[in-house]
Amino acid sequence: MPLILTEEQEMLQESARGFLEEKAPVSALRKLRDERSEEGFSRALWKEMAEMGWAGVLVDEAHGGSGFGFVGAGVLAEEMGRTLTASPFLSTSILAATALGKFASEAAKTEYLPKIARANIVMALAVDEGRKHGPATIAMRAEKSGNGFKLSGSKTFVADGHVADRIIVAARTAGSPGEEAGISLFLVDAKAKGVARERTMMVDSRNAARVNFDNVAVTGEDVIGEIDNGCMALEGVLSAGRAGLAAELSGSTQRAFEMTTTYLKERTQFGKVIGSFQALQHRAAHLYCEIELVKSVTLKALQDLDAAFGMASVTCALAKAKAGEVAKLASQEAVQMHGGIGMTDEYDIGLYMKRIRVAQEMFGDAAYHTDRIARLRGY
Amino acid sequence: MSDLEVFRKETRAWLDANCPKEMRDGAAGEEFICWGGRNWKFRSEAQKTWLDRMASKGWTVPAWPKDYGGGGLAKEEVKILKDEMRKMKMRSPLESFGIWMLGPALLQYGTHEQKSKFLPPIARGEVRWCQGYSEPNAGSDLASLQTKCEDKGDHWLVNGQKIWTSYADESDWIFALVRTDAKASKHDGISFLLLDMTTPGVATKPIRLISGKSPFCETFFDNVKVPKEHGAGINAIVGTINRGWDVAKYLLTHEREMIGGGGGGLMVGRGIGEVAAEQIGRDDKGRLADPLLRAKVAQAEVDGWAFLLTMERLKDEAKAGQGMGAKSSMLKYYGTEFNKRRYELFMDAAGSGGLEWEGKPSEDGKLAKGWLRTKANSIEGGTSEVQLNIISKRILGLPDA
Ligand SMILES: Cc1cc2nc3c(=O)[nH]c(=O)nc-3n(C[C@H](O)[C@H](O)[C@H](O)COP(=O)(O)OP(=O)(O)OC[C@H]3O[C@@H](n4cnc5c(N)ncnc54)[C@H](O)[C@@H]3O)c2cc1C
Repeated sequence: MPLILTEEQEMLQESARGFLEEKAPVSALRKLRDERSEEGFSRALWKEMAEMGWAGVLVDEAHGGSGFGFVGAGVLAEEMGRTLTASPFLSTSILAATALGKFASEAAKTEYLPKIARANIVMALAVDEGRKHGPATIAMRAEKSGNGFKLSGSKTFVADGHVADRIIVAARTAGSPGEEAGISLFLVDAKAKGVARERTMMVDSRNAARVNFDNVAVTGEDVIGEIDNGCMALEGVLSAGRAGLAAELSGSTQRAFEMTTTYLKERTQFGKVIGSFQALQHRAAHLYCEIELVKSVTLKALQDLDAAFGMASVTCALAKAKAGEVAKLASQEAVQMHGGIGMTDEYDIGLYMKRIRVAQEMFGDAAYHTDRIARLRGY
Repeated sequence: MSDLEVFRKETRAWLDANCPKEMRDGAAGEEFICWGGRNWKFRSEAQKTWLDRMASKGWTVPAWPKDYGGGGLAKEEVKILKDEMRKMKMRSPLESFGIWMLGPALLQYGTHEQKSKFLPPIARGEVRWCQGYSEPNAGSDLASLQTKCEDKGDHWLVNGQKIWTSYADESDWIFALVRTDAKASKHDGISFLLLDMTTPGVATKPIRLISGKSPFCETFFDNVKVPKEHGAGINAIVGTINRGWDVAKYLLTHEREMIGGGGGGLMVGRGIGEVAAEQIGRDDKGRLADPLLRAKVAQAEVDGWAFLLTMERLKDEAKAGQGMGAKSSMLKYYGTEFNKRRYELFMDAAGSGGLEWEGKPSEDGKLAKGWLRTKANSIEGGTSEVQLNIISKRILGLPDA
């Protein structure tokens, strides 16, 4: 398959850009932050996105979605990365839609997928327990109890966990921390008895949650994927999330870079525009190359998810590693090349640095994924 | 079956039936390349057979038009051909500056007569070309070149010196940038001249490299008379007189694409990490025992892989038959810097073993020589700094100082 967008995907990109620039520019995020919005995103905007088929981008048409596929989802994530648009797109439309669409029972699909597509539900994925991502280190237990399970443990960095109606939780039905086997996925009602949520406001003005589970009862029907062998499903869902985040990071990086090169052509010092200084030119040109690499790996990961979902894990890791690393570089260079103004809250560039820092950490930073690639390549 | 699938099937069958088994070892190093030319000594009968058979199909230059010795293949078909050759580990039948550089420039700027005379012998590996661009005082600032080319009625008279002319002493013809108008501004008085290296007054003197070999030369022109036409209607100058800079620049984008692509070897064959783990050992979890080196290698592999995908994407983006323009500077810059980084890591992994210059264990310093050779990657064809200048100016639109 050629490593380029199809005409249809290009059209989606164009219309998404137009819509987001008008309806959800960076100032919208500022507003949510300054008003200390309870939810951290706009429900009305989310509904509008659903009407355009975005919320159900990964939901097949049979379940009321638009079925644009992962490249389509990535195109949207990238555009939202450009405008720093806050929405439950990642948590609900990518992560939950993948978990349900690829691994859930037909009954669960019929119940939840149409709701996702219509933006009638917010869902979240709860994986991490410690400061750094590492699914194998999961310690949270799911003890067998009658026909169902009792979940106990705590999760952190659960994106949109503070507003989610349902939470997909990875817990141990067997094995011990450090082992990949023994993990299972459960769909848990966020209002169930024993669930306690604490909203964690993050540096990027978005929201996550620490969620505590104290003997929360679930039934066998709430299981997604295979019991004890949920690592397969989890890896699939995480791959989708990583590719989505890579796309979002790519968008944020590209926008921050454009703002920077624009500034280089405007700001004058020593009687010249600062963009004529070779010390800055070469750094900008290097960054340009790195960003081109990010675009390539991100598109490849998304295409792989569409073409051979189960085999895409490696390129998704590659995309997350490269996009995370370059995004950090781009945001740091952006602030530096703006000088003092780059440090002001009023100027947008800082907001990019903040979101990038969060997105590159989520579901594994560059070090995590680079290490995985080394292991996969046998050293 | 789609047309392309049929093409793939037929191509595979033809390649399998026609490629001698000696040419299927995936060997790609300098010593295995078939450069062709009047004085070329085939390394084996198989090398000659392979060249002849591929040339007869036009597949030494698959994308060139059939009329000029090429295969007339579409972009997708070329991709399939390369793909199948790679899968069967076939060596390239022919490489040359004619294929990489002069050919694309002639296809773009040459007349029908020039193309008919010069392209088929390149495709068949009969004439080997070298590149006469750089001069002692014109390197990065190439347009300041001074080699004089005077109009003497029926011929041009060339006087001056080129330097760093790769393989000048083994080449049959040279494409040279010469100054045809000394009074014009520096970019406007240059012409792109073709001449036979056996013309009286042309002399070459090899220069030895830090890697021990001497693949490049000083090239001297001492009252060299170049006929205005190399046969009836075949102009010795490509493009317009005094507009040679356009041709020169166009050619450079092809050269850069090619040099940048050299780093692409990363993911084929054994990776640095695997080689390093064998040489240094593994810890109890099977990881390369030197954790800092392991991290550097893994980061390099991520970048190398991302770079390969970028080459693929840019090729897919470029319209059929067109080059990628200033983006070739990105490939040149990133690919060559990456290749240097890769060899630094190979050297780190090899330890003192990699430092042996002579003797059997090191195959006479194969790694050390390869490592030193890569240092030229970011100089030849325009330095990394020059590529960054081009990206700044052409792609990012940043102003001159
Ligand atoms: C192995 C090899 C093969 C070659 N083969 C050929 C060949 O076949 N034909 C041919 O014509 N030439 C050939 N060359 C020559 C090559 O193109 C030149 O060496 C190259 O263009 C650099 O020119 P220079 O050596 O004069 O370096 P200089 O231009 O003197 O550069 C010296 C340093 O200054 C830097 N610099 C110069 N200008 C700028 C600027 N504006 N901004 C920032 N930094 C700058 C350079 O990047 C470099 O680091 C070959 C070179 C090598 C190493």
